[in-house]
This record gives sequence, C-alpha cells and structure tokens, in this order.
Amino acid sequence: MKIWVWALIGTVAHATAASAQGNDACAVASHLVVAEAALPRVAAAIAKDRDLRVSVVGTGSSTLPGANGAKMAYPARLEAALALLFPGVAVKVTAAAMPRQTAAEIAQVFPRILVDAKPALVVWQTGTFDAVRGVDPDEFRTVLEEGIVALQAGGADVILMNMQYSPRTESIIALGSYAESMRFVALEREVPLFDRLAVMKYWSETGTFDLYSESKNLDTAAQVHDCLGRLLADLIVAAVKLAEPTKEVR
Amino acid sequence: MPPAVATDRDLRLDLFRGLALWLIFLDHIPSNIVNWVTIRNYGFSDATEIFVFISGYTASFVYGRAMRERGVMVASARILKRAWQVYVAHIFLFVVYLAEIAYVSASFDNPLYREEMNIFEFVKQPDVTLIQALLLKFKPANMDVLPLYIVLLVGFPPLLWLIMHRPTLALASSLILYVLSWQLDWNLPAYPSGQWMFNPFAWQLLFVFGAWCGLGGTQRLARFMRSPILLALAAVYLMFAFAIVMTWHVPGYAHHVPHWLAEFMYPIDKTNLDVLRFAHFLALAVLVVRFVPRDWPLLKLPLFRPAILCGQHSLEIFCLGVFLAFAGHFALVQISDSVVMQVAISVLGIIAMIGTAWLISWYEAVEGRGPGSRRKPPNADLAGGEA
Repeated sequence: MKIWVWALIGTVAHATAASAQGNDACAVASHLVVAEAALPRVAAAIAKDRDLRVSVVGTGSSTLPGANGAKMAYPARLEAALALLFPGVAVKVTAAAMPRQTAAEIAQVFPRILVDAKPALVVWQTGTFDAVRGVDPDEFRTVLEEGIVALQAGGADVILMNMQYSPRTESIIALGSYAESMRFVALEREVPLFDRLAVMKYWSETGTFDLYSESKNLDTAAQVHDCLGRLLADLIVAAVKLAEPTKEVR
Repeated sequence: MPPAVATDRDLRLDLFRGLALWLIFLDHIPSNIVNWVTIRNYGFSDATEIFVFISGYTASFVYGRAMRERGVMVASARILKRAWQVYVAHIFLFVVYLAEIAYVSASFDNPLYREEMNIFEFVKQPDVTLIQALLLKFKPANMDVLPLYIVLLVGFPPLLWLIMHRPTLALASSLILYVLSWQLDWNLPAYPSGQWMFNPFAWQLLFVFGAWCGLGGTQRLARFMRSPILLALAAVYLMFAFAIVMTWHVPGYAHHVPHWLAEFMYPIDKTNLDVLRFAHFLALAVLVVRFVPRDWPLLKLPLFRPAILCGQHSLEIFCLGVFLAFAGHFALVQISDSVVMQVAISVLGIIAMIGTAWLISWYEAVEGRGPGSRRKPPNADLAGGEA
C-alpha cells in the first residue's frame, strides 16, 4: 500500500517537473493581464512630452534583498521593458519600497512622491501587510479609494497591484477579502488592476516557476520579478491604447 | 401538544449541514481544484450561511425542548456548557495553527517572500499572541467561524426564551440589531488591528432566523413558501447572482457589469452579512424547501447517510475539517501540489470526516445515547444530533 502511494506521488512529481521546462515563462499568464480601464495621463505624457515618469510605491515585495536587489526587482525591469516598448520616449521608473507598511501608511507618502517625482503613473502595490495585520477591510477600501483620488488629483494615473501568490503561507495569511477589495476599488474608480496574485498562481500551477522553494537562492525571485516587470509594461501599453483608441501607440 | 416543535428530527438539516461542513473543509484548502465545486463560486453566499442558519435552527430545537421540559436555568446552563466546549475546540485549533506557522517559519527563507514572512512575528512574541487568542481577538486565517458561534451561543439563553414566548418580537429585535450594527458600525475588536471577520451583531440575524424557524417559524411561513411568485423570484435572483459571480472569474469581464449596478452592489460585504448574501441564502432555502420535502423518501437512502452523519456531529466534524484543511495544505506544499494530489487530499479528507462521524455515532449508540435510543439522555446537546 505504502509503496503504491509513493509510486503515485513519484509519478505526479515527475509530471510536474516535466511541465516546468516552460519556454516563454512570462507569456503563459498574459491572458490574466487585462486592461479594464484607460491611462489618459500616461497616454498624454507619451504623446505630447515624450517623457514617461512612473513611481512604484509598495511594500517589501516591490524589491529584492541584496546589493543588486533593486536592479533585479520588478520596478527596474519595468523600466527596461517600457524603454523597449516606447522607443524615443524618456522612461524613468522610480521605486519606493516600504516594507512592513500598511496601505494607509504608504498613502501618507503620496504628496511627497507627487512633488518629488512628478509621475504620470503611480503603481500602487499593496495588500500583503494589511492582511498580516488584519486591517479592517472597510478601512482598507476607504484608504485605497482616497489614495487613488489623491494621486489622480495630483496629476497621476494609478495602477493597483495586488499581493504575491505565496503557496507556503497561503493557509496562514487570509488574503481573500483584501484581494476582493482591491478588485472592487479598481472597478469602481476605473483604474487598471495588475492581478499579480492570479498571474503568480498561474505560473505556479503551470510549473513555470517553483514558488514553493524555501531556499535563499535569488535566481527564481529575479526571474519572477523580470516577468512581473514585463507583464506590467504590457498592461500599461494596453491601457494607453484604451485611452487613445484611434492612435497607434507604438 | 406544542405545535412549534416537530416530534422527530428533520433529516434535511443534518444533510445540508453535513454538506456545508464538507464545503467549508474544501474551501479552507487554498489552491485546491476541487473547491471549484463549492457554492461560493456560483453565487453570493457560501457554506458559512448554511452552517450558521442550521446551527440556529437545531440550537432552538434542542435547547427549546430542554427549556420547556427542564426550565430556563437548566437549558441556559447547557447552552453555556456548549459554548465552553466550542471555546476549547477553538483553542485546540489555534494551537494547531501555531504549530504550523512555527514549523514553516523555521525553514522558510525565500527572498521573494520577505513581506509574507512578517506573519511569523506572531510566533516570536507568544506572550501577546497567546493572550490575544484566548481573548478571541487574535483569530488567524480560517478560524473565524467558531468565535462567532461562541458569541452567538453565549447570547442565546435570553433570546431562546424570547423566541419561545414572543417569536415575532425576537425576530424584530434581531433585525433591528442587524440594522443598527450596519448604521453604527458595531463590531468586536480584533488583534493586531481591525475587527471580527464575522461580525456577530450582523451574523446573529441568520442564527436567530434559524432559531425562529426551528420553533415554529417554518409553519408560519409555510403558505408563503408555497407561493409560485416567491419561487420565481428566488430562481431569478439565483440566476442573477450566478451571472454576476461569473464576471469575477473570467478576466476582463468585470467591467461588463453596468456601472450603476456595480456601484449599488459592491462591495458585497461578508463581514457584515451583506443583504445580497442573506437574500441569496434565502433564495437557496426557498428552492431547497420546495424541492426537498421533509419526508422526501430519498433522504433515507444510504447515499445521503454519510453527509447526514457528519451533520449530526457538527462541532467535532467542523473542527476536524479545519484541522484536515491545514494538514491537507501542508501535504500539498511538502509533497506535491499536482491536481491528482489535490483531488486525493479532498477525497481522503471527506472520508476521514465521515469515518469520524460514524465512529462518534457508534460510540454514542454503544453508550446508549445515540440517535437510535428512544430515551432522551440528560446531555441533550450531545445526543441525537447536537445543537
């Protein structure tokens, strides 16, 4: 009986490993990256100023540890991808990663970011630490809504980015209601949502990346961030196209 | 003869509570392909509503009889004893949770998940964490239902008395409390921040409504429930909810919901038992009552026996389900998360729940207090299907 069970598990594990030899790692999840709202300010910055400034504000998952961490993290990869997608446009992505901060705490730095970086787009990554702290979902929603209004009033478009998919902590951090709140707020305020949770979950399910690893190794983390940066760039392109449906953006 | 109380137990309650327990177990295993079958993916409400409603129904059924036969004090003591048992069960599950995060935190060091690792703080400061858990303020993922149940039981003795003597007033008070909790933002505080995930001031409505139905409410509603207009309304509402929920599952469809409707509906608040959720549960109940009559011959089929058994021992099976969901997720992480494994764990878990329920029934029968024995033992809450 026992042998049979282990044989079964072995076969299954082998099948999983085989499917992990993915080819285009990022693209398999591209159907999950859908622009449901436009980015008019970004479109204007590209078309008129040929200058695109993006600020990424978020928690610890917007950066990677180590000396080269910031270079490998998705904000830097986003900058590289955008520069390729918008030739002739001066692309600058600045990142402010504030580990262990709730959405409310992060929203407090928005006025400063609007003044210092003058971004046409703010990518607001949030949710994980709020879920860890068990912040009241109503409060979380209100903070998101007010934050988006403040950013838009300051002249920036907004993309919301939700949590990472983390299989090992999945049963101990309840993300559900926070992910839902972010989806509803994005819909209600008509800002695009980068569904990082769904994308990474899909990568894990299809064996693109092994997100179960316990090790300190940075390789997978760097690849994941590279893919996130590229998909985020795709979302921006799609949302810019929505803003100017008649004009070819590229 | 009091018309309010049926002479024998309504097997439909056990059946649907048993099914709800299975669904709750499946929903608690994250990233499990099998939880696509659970009702939360096809409408606004989920198995929690079924569980809370039926718990109210059976609580009034069991303790109502105790209150009538043995008096207010004895019945109240039994209810509070039950609340204590649920509290102890909850603390046991909390220890299991602590064990899991302590184990995971010992080896997990993936640089991708620095932010998520903040959850391990709770094991690093056991002084605060344990006390907050004992106070029912710190309630980790998936451990919110039992604290709700404890609060509902503690408040139940006076309410039960009221339902038995002034049923309409009881229901009206419950509705008023529900409205007030929405208007005045009443909820219990949680640790480290926020409030209870299941607001007892809101969710009591479902429990009280269940209790009201259990003590004659169903008879009062019987004519209303037979109305074909109601049936049509329920069916239309269920289809509407299904259509809305589908737009969440398919990427890119969410904005097809008209803006005014989205503005009106969202967010569909689980914490405060959104009216849309409550209505969805009622619509489901209308259909079930219509198509599964109390004396449905199929209820006696062996096919339904496992779910009925589980429903008759809901506290034990609920706790086991939470534990198995943790264990199941652990196995998915440690061994393999393949689809085969997900299905295997789901099926094995349900088999374990059935086996345990069967074992408890067997033990009770041997001890002479099972559902088969005719005489009611003093310990009514553990016999013949618990509250």
